[in-house]
Amino acid sequence: MTKLITVVDYGMGNLRSVSKAAEHVADSQTKIIVSSKPEDIRSADAIIFPGQGAAKACMSALNHTGMIHALHEAAEEKPFLGICMGLQVLMEHSEENDGIECLSFLKGKVKQFDLSGHPELKMPHMGWNQINQTVDHPMWHKIEQDSRFYFVHSYFVEPEDNQFIAGNTTHGQTFASAIAHDNLFAIQAHPEKSADAGLQLLKNFITWNGQ
Amino acid sequence: MGLAKRIIPCLDVDNGRVVKGVQFVDIRDAGNPVEVAKRYDEQGADEITFLDITATADNRNTTIHMVEEVASQVFIPLTVGGGIRSVDDVRNMLNAGADKVAINSAAIFNPAFVQEACQTFGSQCIVVAIDAKKVSLKGEENKWEIFTHGGRKETGIDAVEWATKMERLGAGEILLTSMDRDGTKIGFDLELTRTIADSVNVPVIASGGVGELDHLVKGVTEGHAEAVLAASIFHFGQHTIQEAKQAMTDNGIEVRL
Repeated sequence: MTKLITVVDYGMGNLRSVSKAAEHVADSQTKIIVSSKPEDIRSADAIIFPGQGAAKACMSALNHTGMIHALHEAAEEKPFLGICMGLQVLMEHSEENDGIECLSFLKGKVKQFDLSGHPELKMPHMGWNQINQTVDHPMWHKIEQDSRFYFVHSYFVEPEDNQFIAGNTTHGQTFASAIAHDNLFAIQAHPEKSADAGLQLLKNFITWNGQ
Repeated sequence: MGLAKRIIPCLDVDNGRVVKGVQFVDIRDAGNPVEVAKRYDEQGADEITFLDITATADNRNTTIHMVEEVASQVFIPLTVGGGIRSVDDVRNMLNAGADKVAINSAAIFNPAFVQEACQTFGSQCIVVAIDAKKVSLKGEENKWEIFTHGGRKETGIDAVEWATKMERLGAGEILLTSMDRDGTKIGFDLELTRTIADSVNVPVIASGGVGELDHLVKGVTEGHAEAVLAASIFHFGQHTIQEAKQAMTDNGIEVRL
């Protein structure tokens, strides 16, 4: 049976990069589409939720699409992969743009880096950094501990409950770079731009049943 | 452990083809951007930068197709610079699969364009490319100014002031080329690199003058660059990216191996 994966298009992501990378590792039984229609979220077997840019612009774009309800349902029941801003907007609230309410699919907030005491560190946190896997998870299958992934961001998520943290990364301070909760997995880095480690993570997502 | 310093090979492209010669030993078609990009990806390049030197608007569509093709087969960040003049240019490149675009002369003619591009697409994908040349005389305090047209045309703009202004307008990264050193193979202008890198909070990519691996190392240790960009030492098989990373590691610099 063909598996349908929908890459959610709300005008704020490097969708082509994400879908191309997923297609690159997908088997012949997997179909990947890019869509902004709620019905394509409902009919999908799994959801990839990318995102880039500012939180406010992302939330405003999402609010205009009429997809939020379908996304909420999907995040409750289907394998769901959030990437970069697609991780941050899952939380309740972000400090970005003087404060912005997010989707609240997960309890927690999005905070700005505090690099005081680290004059040598740059912002955005841009480049290849390590993810320390803090839990055993199917999404980490065949990915070496402390593998490097490509990051570009200036804010990070802080879940209310530490048990949702699946990976940590350090840039002046240690932050949650991956979140896992039931059928939901979300990562701050860009797997679609993280060479072999990133492609393996996408491959893991395609085969993951969400448990 | 933390963020790795990046090594970025830079390719000049004209009409969708890599030019100025890239000569790997065992590559079928050295002008094919996909093959060249794949090879650098296999060697462990952290990003790839394409500098589009295409002269006509017609051929620019060829560049867009080229980016599409590379982005569907190479899964590391791609930056495209050269001839980016409007929000539409930025959008076209990002839609084609570029992760970042580098804005150079258009920023000088219209600084508000940088701000507009950052507000529309986010700072993470906007690199401002700065071509700087030393204008102070020997014995005077160091001073660099911005030049356009490949270093031939002066603008009278101070490089440090310009870099901080670009950061303020939202640039997520600065690609800094020393026009005094470009093509000389005698190493980066380390004073320039360090002065700019220490004046801004965003990452600075050092460029211009790399002739040996030690130059890359010094770009980080003495120039305080977050990333180092080079062309010819990689293109002609003089060194591989792995060798460059080994040299960085040997000097205590954290890289992605």
